[in-house]
Amino acid sequence: MTLNSLDVVLFGVILLLAVGFYGLLITRNLIKIVLVLQILVKAVVIALVLAGKASGNLGLGQSIAATVIVADTIVAVVALALAVQVRRRAGTLDLAKISTLRG
Amino acid sequence: MIEIFYYLFLSLVAAFCAYRAMISKHLLPSTLYLACVSALASVTLYMLGAYEVAVIELSVGAGLVTVLLVYALSVIGEDTFDPTSIIPKPLAFLLVAVLAIMVAWMAYPLASQPAANGEVLLADVLWKHRALDVWVQVALIFSGVMGVLGLLSEKVQKQEVQKHETQTTSENEPIAIQIEQEIHI
Repeated sequence: MTLNSLDVVLFGVILLLAVGFYGLLITRNLIKIVLVLQILVKAVVIALVLAGKASGNLGLGQSIAATVIVADTIVAVVALALAVQVRRRAGTLDLAKISTLRG
Repeated sequence: MIEIFYYLFLSLVAAFCAYRAMISKHLLPSTLYLACVSALASVTLYMLGAYEVAVIELSVGAGLVTVLLVYALSVIGEDTFDPTSIIPKPLAFLLVAVLAIMVAWMAYPLASQPAANGEVLLADVLWKHRALDVWVQVALIFSGVMGVLGLLSEKVQKQEVQKHETQTTSENEPIAIQIEQEIHI
C-alpha cells in the first residue's frame, strides 16, 4: 500500500470534518455554531478541489469550490446578524434558552 | 515525498487549530484560530494547484469572515459561558468516529484513482460551462448585503424613535420649565 499526497489531503479533510461535526454536536453557543460551520465548509472546499484534481478536472472543482465559498460567506453574514439580534432581544446566545420549540 | 510531509503537517496543524477554536472558552481566540484554519486551508489549496480558490479562501475566509466575527463580538460583547453539551461528549465522539471511518472507507478508493487527462481552465469552466453559477453568486452577494442592512438597521430606527419621543416630551413641557432648563444649560 503506497501513500500518495492526495491520500494525505483526504486524511486532513476527514480530520477537519470530524472536528467540525464533533463541535456541532457539543456546542450550544450561537456564534460558535457559525464558527464550527465555517470549519466544516473549509473541509468541504478542500474536498471539492481534491476531487477535481483526482478526476483530472481541477477547473470544475475550483468553480464549485468558489460558489461554495460565496454561499458560505453569505450564510455566515446572515447568521451573525441574526445572532446579534437574538442577543439583543433574548440577552443570551444559549440555544437551549432561546429555543421556544418545547413539546 | 517531501510533499506528503507538507500536506501532513498542514492537515494536523489545521485540525489542531479547528479543535482549539471549538473548545476555547472565549470567542475572540476562537475567531483567530478559525482564521488560522482558513490560512492553512488556503495554503493546502495552493499546493493542490487551485490558485484562484486559494486566493478567494484567504481573502474571504481569513479576512472578511474574521472581520465580521470580530465586529459581531464587539457588538454583543464577550460571552464566556460554557454550558453543557447537547448530547454527552463520549456519545458525540463515538458518532463522529463512526462517521469519519465511513467517510474514509467511501472516499479512499476515489482519491486513489489515477487522474484523467483533459484539464480545463477555470475561466472556461466558470464563464462558459457554469455561467449560471456566477449569476447565482452575484444574486447571493446582493441578497446577503440587503439582508444584513435590513437586520442591522433596527438600531438606527430605535434611535430615531427615541429622538422623536424626546422631542415630543420637551414640546409638551410647560414653557417655564423649558426656560429653566435652557438657563441651566
